[in-house]
Amino acid sequence: MINLLKNLFCSSLGKKFIMAASGCVLFLFVVGHCVGNLQVFLGPEAINRYGAFLQGLEELLWPVRITLVTLVILHFWSASRLTLENRAARPVAYAEWNPTVASYASRTMFVGGSVIGCFIVYHILHYTALVNVGGGNFTSSAQFEWTNEHGEKIHDIYKMLIVGFSVKWWVSIFYIVAVGLLSLHVSHGAKAMLQSLGLKSKSYDPAVRCFAAAVAAFLFVGYSSIPLAIMLGFLK
Amino acid sequence: MNLTLKVWRQKNASDTGRLVTYEAKNIIPDMSFLEMLDVVNEELMQKGEEPIAFDSDCREGICGTCSMVVNGTPHGGMKGTTVCQCHMRHFKDGDVIIIEPWRARAFPVLRDLVTDRSSFDRIIQAGGFVSVNTGGTPDGNAIPVPKTDADVAMDAAACIGCGACVAACKNASAMLFVAAKVSHLANLPQGRVERERRAIAMINQMDSEGFGNCTVTGSCEAVCPKEVSLDFIAQLNREYGKAILKNRMERKLAGGG
Ligand code: HEM
Ligand code: FES
Repeated sequence: MINLLKNLFCSSLGKKFIMAASGCVLFLFVVGHCVGNLQVFLGPEAINRYGAFLQGLEELLWPVRITLVTLVILHFWSASRLTLENRAARPVAYAEWNPTVASYASRTMFVGGSVIGCFIVYHILHYTALVNVGGGNFTSSAQFEWTNEHGEKIHDIYKMLIVGFSVKWWVSIFYIVAVGLLSLHVSHGAKAMLQSLGLKSKSYDPAVRCFAAAVAAFLFVGYSSIPLAIMLGFLK
Repeated sequence: MNLTLKVWRQKNASDTGRLVTYEAKNIIPDMSFLEMLDVVNEELMQKGEEPIAFDSDCREGICGTCSMVVNGTPHGGMKGTTVCQCHMRHFKDGDVIIIEPWRARAFPVLRDLVTDRSSFDRIIQAGGFVSVNTGGTPDGNAIPVPKTDADVAMDAAACIGCGACVAACKNASAMLFVAAKVSHLANLPQGRVERERRAIAMINQMDSEGFGNCTVTGSCEAVCPKEVSLDFIAQLNREYGKAILKNRMERKLAGGG
């Protein structure tokens, strides 16, 4: 057991396994989160009920939150260790270097990932902790109350989104840029994790490529549609 | 044809080195890249200057000794071709060609374009032995090997250990090389006995030599003169994953081979 942990946390491939496994769960999360959020287009009723449903899972809410934060930390830790090792591995740069088939996404994983990391912190402060980081007096949560069909008072996520994305224009722009970087990250990450976990092979490589591109496009369109729709006044 | 070369010149391992410009005149398109350099060196020697040091041996693409980055691409960027097999007809009259050594911490430059690639040898040594029974010559087909397995092992064994994968990788990772060596033996019954111990030992050695890590960019496969597939890296990841789960380094080898 001790040896297994040592191999996982100290060897290059072990750290890749940590990055790929944490990335895989985060990947599933961001897809699920996107599908859930799209319910905003079904109106306040649907998204507020969904929010209340998640908040109602008291036994699961905190374990899931803690797991996700731990995974982000593990992912970021392994990514930074590996990236530092990678930079040290070529002390003298080429005068001319041709990336051949190395995609733009694959070359910007760490920089893009770090911006995503900052975005995650901002996003949690903004909509989970309701800290006033984007204008709109978020700290007084009384304004976000919704009475559902059973007459219960629940959190008005719909209104919170409208306020969050319409007070300051740069908040929406930051969200759109961040999800753009996220989909770029996932477009490479979805392929890389299968390779790192030893699950890839040439025989279904084309399918994996299509899948990665499709999910990345879905994430970008899905996530950015919400701030965009609110900014353009389609959702009120 | 006439070309302008910008060649990395470095006296020894401790020199900082620099790009120096040379004119390569009257180059015949049928010459190989190395023959073109021979012509330039001939001229340098006549002028009493130090010739450009570079590695080569077979000059037919099978030994893996030649090693230089041409215009940013190891071996010159012809698919499945070593630089010794890359011909001047792929260049145009008047071209400017930048020639650099492999760049990696684990491949220190010894002089000009010559690097020390003994880190690869130490990885191979770390891999250890293959169990072979001593005694009379065994019958050729005593151990059945499925044709498909033999083919896959052969594709991995095609690796000539030149190090172009490391040179091309943005992280200077040796994963394609190690993957080829581990997969070559792991796909054959003769090499399967020690497969787990071998995967762990070779990865440990790879790490301690200071190579970078794979980020699945695919550059290694793109420049490999033997077109060793990225699939072998997936296999290496599997081999290593299974090996650390089984904790095979723990079991002591009793009495040697
Ligand atoms: C904290 C911010 C993040 C940083 C700094 C970061 C950084 C990185 C880096 C450097 C890689 C390695 C790239 C490679 O091997 O080519 C990577 C891979 C990956 N990331 Fe992230 N990332 C972050 C957030 C995320 C998030 C939120 C997701 C969820 C979708 C994610 C999913 C993945 C996946 C699936 C991989 C592939 C794993 C592999 O290479 O085997 N990352 N990340
Ligand atoms: S000199 Fe032998 S492969 Fe080029």
